[in-house]
Amino acid sequence: MIPTSEPKARLRPGEGAIARLACLVLQPVLTRVVRRVAARHPSLFARLGPHQTTDFLIDPVELPFALHLRPDPQALVFRAVPRDTAPQAGATIRGRFLLLLELIDAEQDGDAAFFSRDLEVSGDTEAVVRLRNALDDMDGSLAEEASAMFGVPGRAVLARLRRAYPDATKPQEYA
Amino acid sequence: MSLAELICPAGTPAALRTAVDAGADAVYCGFQDATNARNFPGLNFTPVELAEAVAYAHARGTKVLLALNTYPPAGKVDLWRQAADTGARLGVDAFIVADMGVADYIARTYPGIRLHLSVQAAASSPEAIRYYCENFGVKRVVLPRILTIPEIRQIRREIPCEIETFIFGNHGLMVEGRCSLTNYLTGQSTNMDGVCSPASDVEYVRDADGSMSSQLAGFTIDRFGPEEKAGYPTICKGRYAAPHRPEGYYAFEEPVSLNLSRLLPELIEAGVHAFKIEGRQRSKSYVRSVVRAFRAAVDDIKAGREANIADLIALTEGQKQTQGAFETKKWR
Repeated sequence: MIPTSEPKARLRPGEGAIARLACLVLQPVLTRVVRRVAARHPSLFARLGPHQTTDFLIDPVELPFALHLRPDPQALVFRAVPRDTAPQAGATIRGRFLLLLELIDAEQDGDAAFFSRDLEVSGDTEAVVRLRNALDDMDGSLAEEASAMFGVPGRAVLARLRRAYPDATKPQEYA
Repeated sequence: MSLAELICPAGTPAALRTAVDAGADAVYCGFQDATNARNFPGLNFTPVELAEAVAYAHARGTKVLLALNTYPPAGKVDLWRQAADTGARLGVDAFIVADMGVADYIARTYPGIRLHLSVQAAASSPEAIRYYCENFGVKRVVLPRILTIPEIRQIRREIPCEIETFIFGNHGLMVEGRCSLTNYLTGQSTNMDGVCSPASDVEYVRDADGSMSSQLAGFTIDRFGPEEKAGYPTICKGRYAAPHRPEGYYAFEEPVSLNLSRLLPELIEAGVHAFKIEGRQRSKSYVRSVVRAFRAAVDDIKAGREANIADLIALTEGQKQTQGAFETKKWR
């Protein structure tokens, strides 16, 4: 199960400053990634339907910040935000960072992660379902695509992330 | 031995390609409207996407079955007829239907395209199935999940069409094709709008202790403790308090998935022609894992080898599985 405390209550002393710094450093990367994804996968916006303008808060529980996504093709927003200044979200999706990444890449099943309580959603459930289906209809790996944008260092960071996380919820593949 | 075709779910074009590549003999899918029973937000196919999907599947020897398995409300049958027209034009291999009016239209208009009788029709007796075969030319019946294997074997002897059974996935079988529980709370119908517990009416509420409540249209239908596995927010699988059970209990069904992997040899021996995997609403990851597992299992059995069944428990609802009525009528 993911941590039970509320996001804003999880900040420890000094974490606010770390979160703000991390958000500043990450922002150019996130902007580049989301623009690239939008350009390469325009069909995902159709599946979002009326929720292109919904504010999603994607909350990787072990990181010091959350991600704010508004998948509006006319005005894309994807930014890292300290939890204490996160906007009011239409829908929130919470879980371990690598689980969220693997859900985006269709390496994990969202329903299974929900059943196991490793994934938590709140707010507008229809918005979450639309986002899930839109992302699931994309071919290839978004994580690989994004890391490849930054060459060897990008791939190294992704490989290190994957090694760093235990993967208890992934279904056993048939060997 | 029966053909033991593997019929696999495809909620999106990417899931369809995943199912085909993982070894599906046929995939089933639907349009983005009320003509199918998985009319969920962001799911399903546009006609353009279906055309591409049919081409992809046929190039790899996989059939495409179009689910038109809901019931048209009075005066709205044109949507179902148009869907059938589009499917026929795009070259689907069969229609999966529940409603007699839809079956009649397709049988008269497209006699060269196979008709499969959906589980939603709830045809569970030889007499009912024969009626569909004789009047609409149905070539295959998808049996309700309420029959034991001996009953299936007996039915097979008395009907002129193929049998398809579910082997994995959702186990929501209370009154297939006739359930109105969602309608009572949301005004939308599982059988006519294609939505069981529409996402727009679902809300998950997290309590301070880590418990989670599932709500449908403002009514709490279950509350899961901090360490408890969860299920879908459907009324039939809700947990309710009653005067005699104040602690709360599953009044109808439980959050559990069907898994017949260990019964495959018996089902084949009983004359089942096709095995259906439920889950058009699930991800590519689910489709890839489940289709691969059952492809290998069916191939092993056909080759006379003992099937090595993958552990799929992580993908089941509530992380629990059952063989349901296929094993015994008293599965609960």
